[in-house]
Amino acid sequence: MNIVLGILFAIISIGILGALLGALLSFASEKLKVEEDERVKNLEAILPQYNCGACGYSGCSGYADAVINGGEEINKCTPGGESLLVSISALLGVEATNKERMVAQVHCRGGQETSKDQYNYDGIKDCNAKYQLYSGDKLCKFGCLGDGSCINVCPVNAISYDEDNLVWVDKDKCVGCEKCVDICPTNVMKMIPYTADYIVACSSQEKGKDVKNKCSVGCIACSICVRKFPEAGFVVDKNLSSVDYTIKSDRTAVSEACPVKCIIHPYKEK
Amino acid sequence: MEVISDIIGIVFTYVLVSNVILTQFLGLCPFIGVSKNTESAVGMGFAVTFVITLATLFTWMLYNWLLVPAGLEYLKVISFILVIASLVQFVEMFVKKNSPSLYKALGIYLPLITTNCAVMGIALLVVEVEKLSLFNSVLAGFSAGIGFLVAILLMSAIREQLEIEWVPKGLKGTPIAFISAGLMAMAFMAFDKALLMNLVG
Repeated sequence: MNIVLGILFAIISIGILGALLGALLSFASEKLKVEEDERVKNLEAILPQYNCGACGYSGCSGYADAVINGGEEINKCTPGGESLLVSISALLGVEATNKERMVAQVHCRGGQETSKDQYNYDGIKDCNAKYQLYSGDKLCKFGCLGDGSCINVCPVNAISYDEDNLVWVDKDKCVGCEKCVDICPTNVMKMIPYTADYIVACSSQEKGKDVKNKCSVGCIACSICVRKFPEAGFVVDKNLSSVDYTIKSDRTAVSEACPVKCIIHPYKEK
Repeated sequence: MEVISDIIGIVFTYVLVSNVILTQFLGLCPFIGVSKNTESAVGMGFAVTFVITLATLFTWMLYNWLLVPAGLEYLKVISFILVIASLVQFVEMFVKKNSPSLYKALGIYLPLITTNCAVMGIALLVVEVEKLSLFNSVLAGFSAGIGFLVAILLMSAIREQLEIEWVPKGLKGTPIAFISAGLMAMAFMAFDKALLMNLVG
């Protein structure tokens, strides 16, 4: 009889404890309910969810909140591009002008064959680690170190090696979040317009003679592109040629005239 | 003086000597599961600290003020589970309402540790085996959480390095993590009661 009473007592006390805690929780779930803004939720749902931070906010939810509650512009999401802009406009009834789509590209084509090394690197495969050691293994201090830190950081896998172990950005996959630009220790990753037809694939600011000694595809600042083709929009500054993309012009002839052939298409020719 | 050496003793014991993971082998699931990168490891560590501290407080009160007077000590396991689980649920709702930023930092980890054995183990240990006072129990719970934080933080640093080191193919991922954890546990054996005695007398 005592055993039965004991069991009953235990069952009842646990039952009461459970009922109390259950009541507390159900009460709390009513009392502490968080009113979530439907508009923020809906907007967040159509954002790309890369959480890349290109908009300047901590993630897609932060940006959605800023747009709804902070009056932020709706064209800050580079990954979403034009199609997203259209759907946000439809959702919120706000008009906004599109920014030009920007994509990243490596401004260096110095590889094993073309660019000389100053030592043999045998450490961990990371550009920033390599850069710690005499600014990388290349003689040229401005070139791509080729260890693929940008490949690892890219949220959409737009960056890859080609058969010569050179790094290329696929401009159709690139969402323009600039994470690769931030991580690259030598700053060879630069943003160009999606429509750009040619880039100067070199970042070296050294004198032409020094560049020639270190790399066979580096810009030697000969200024042929500026003098022979004044309409093409080339500028030579700090011993390096660059393209002014606001000027629309056919640059094919310039590419052919470049003596070191470093004016190339910003994509791998198939 | 007595109180201070007590406090030092408890903190030292629960952070290092009987570290919840590396000496008592409790809570290995989050230890292996969430230690892949430092950021989430820190989040998990603080969430565990938070929950263990609260859980020891409430289970101590439940045990000493309800179960012992009613003669129901044998129900401690099941009632502790009930209390800890609903406590964590409640705290989660409370934090979500009152501090969205804290919720963002801890929120996703809280449900993971509602019924974690580290939380349960420490609660049982301090109220039943060690029979500490209320303040000392909460302190012990907090220290155990810090011990968890230290261990998972060290582990995440090791695993981040292991990601880029060469590891034999068969040991990649979790196996090498367990081996590292074992080596860490051996290293933590250096902290023992004798060392503690020499420190606080």
